[in-house]
Amino acid sequence: MRRQVPLIITLIVGAVLIIAAFIPHHPFGRLGENFSLYFDIIAVFAFLLGGGNLVRIHGARFLRGVRTSVQEAKKGGGFWPLKFLVEFPFFAFGGLEDKRGRDWFFSLITLAGFFAMLYAGLFKIGNPDGWQGNVTQPGGLFQEFYQSMFNPLQATMYALLAFFVASASYRAFRAKTLEATILLATAFIILLGRTPAGTYATDWLPSWLDFFHIPNLANWIMAVPNLAGQRAIMIGISLGVIAMSLRVILGVERTYLGADEK
Amino acid sequence: MANGERPTFLERVQAIDRRIIFLFVALAVSLPLVFHVIFPEKISPIVSSMFDRIESLPEGSRVLISFDYSPSTVPEVQPMVDAVVRHCAARKQKLYLMALWATGQNITDETIHRVIEKEFPEYRYGEDYLNLGYKSGNQGLINVILTDMKKMYTTDVHGTAIDSIPMMAQIRNLRNFDIIFTFGGGFPGTKEWVLFAGDPGKIPVASGVTAVQAPLLYPYYPSQLLGLMGGIKGAAEYEYELIRRYPRFANVAHPGIDMMGPQAVAHLVIMLFIVIGNIAYFAGRRREAKRQGTP
Repeated sequence: MRRQVPLIITLIVGAVLIIAAFIPHHPFGRLGENFSLYFDIIAVFAFLLGGGNLVRIHGARFLRGVRTSVQEAKKGGGFWPLKFLVEFPFFAFGGLEDKRGRDWFFSLITLAGFFAMLYAGLFKIGNPDGWQGNVTQPGGLFQEFYQSMFNPLQATMYALLAFFVASASYRAFRAKTLEATILLATAFIILLGRTPAGTYATDWLPSWLDFFHIPNLANWIMAVPNLAGQRAIMIGISLGVIAMSLRVILGVERTYLGADEK
Repeated sequence: MANGERPTFLERVQAIDRRIIFLFVALAVSLPLVFHVIFPEKISPIVSSMFDRIESLPEGSRVLISFDYSPSTVPEVQPMVDAVVRHCAARKQKLYLMALWATGQNITDETIHRVIEKEFPEYRYGEDYLNLGYKSGNQGLINVILTDMKKMYTTDVHGTAIDSIPMMAQIRNLRNFDIIFTFGGGFPGTKEWVLFAGDPGKIPVASGVTAVQAPLLYPYYPSQLLGLMGGIKGAAEYEYELIRRYPRFANVAHPGIDMMGPQAVAHLVIMLFIVIGNIAYFAGRRREAKRQGTP
């Protein structure tokens, strides 16, 4: 019964949404919209599940890390709390042999951050308009956390990408084969075409060779070969999604329910 | 390198420490910013189609802007948003702001404070612009508001009843908007707006996304997507056109144009490294072939 009920719900919801998409007339037309409203309710529970899962995973990791660190400190005798304090950075940041217990301090930071934001947002601490006001109003604790911590941390993470992209392209872009050479040439045209350098480099070309202006070439690559490739990928993905959806609706695919039980 | 031979210069170049590359990239990005290197831009057709649509809309047209991004992509996406908001406000259009991403609500507030309140003090909340805030539901939300906006939005972001807001009097669903702008770089984003609103509702959708996301959205242009701004380049093109047509915006911040300098130099540095890496690779291969006695 535990498996039959979710399968029946999936079958009904899937079938109704297909009917709603193909028969846009009353009363079927509105069914998709009504189911979307339920999706909104489910999304709220997904937030709770997501938060709960984060606490569960990082909580377990933190506890396991502390336990392993204490065991390490106790090894060799002596006054272990002092040893724990002295070797704290080693225990906290990747110094443990047991991989599952490593880097537990980051889990602690994650949990502290999560609960601090939750507390500030849920109770609207310092919000100028109190409980009735918007949680993002300037002056509130939530907004302070957002502006001073979340915002710069996310921006830093994204900015670091530029450095890794540069390093990775240096090592990966080698003209080893014909295909790699074509890829390399295309990358050069796009890189140049996305900067004014591309314009300056081919500005001297006569107008009848307009196509070979690097910005025009870059646009052509995006609008023709890229478009063809993207469309092929999208059609492939869509066919895959249709096949998988049918399998889920018909109950052939059951992995989303968890491990198969006999 | 074999038999304990010392590595040649080119072999050492091939195995260059990534921190050296990082240093060069850091210099390539920071020096143009310090010396304020700026290049002229020319608007491309994919950006100008969006710009021209805003120009052609009559005064008081309803523009929906969805903030579907997080602070990580703010440097790339925010210049586009600011330019479009300025453009719409200069054309006296009504702005409806919303977010499909939870982080988008904060960014919406910041945009209102920085652009609308500061540069357009004559704009009145509830009459000229409205903040609908964030709602969960992703594409499900779009699906619902395509036919009934008030089913999902009973209040604005400040808790004011939607029926008491003058701007919402004429709005029943997404079809009542003259254009939808979606800014972001992930899920839910442009693709979902096209699939669940633009295409079924025959509503013009325009978008501004990160440079990484742009190639994935080309299949929708020009039939389902009115126009597309990709990365800083797209933002710079829009800002340049805005300044050209509205010279009064020449003195406001234009981060898109400012960041094209660092982007141009960084691209050149990366290309230079790739060329050096290839020279070193081929030289190494030749040396290896010579050592083994093969031509």
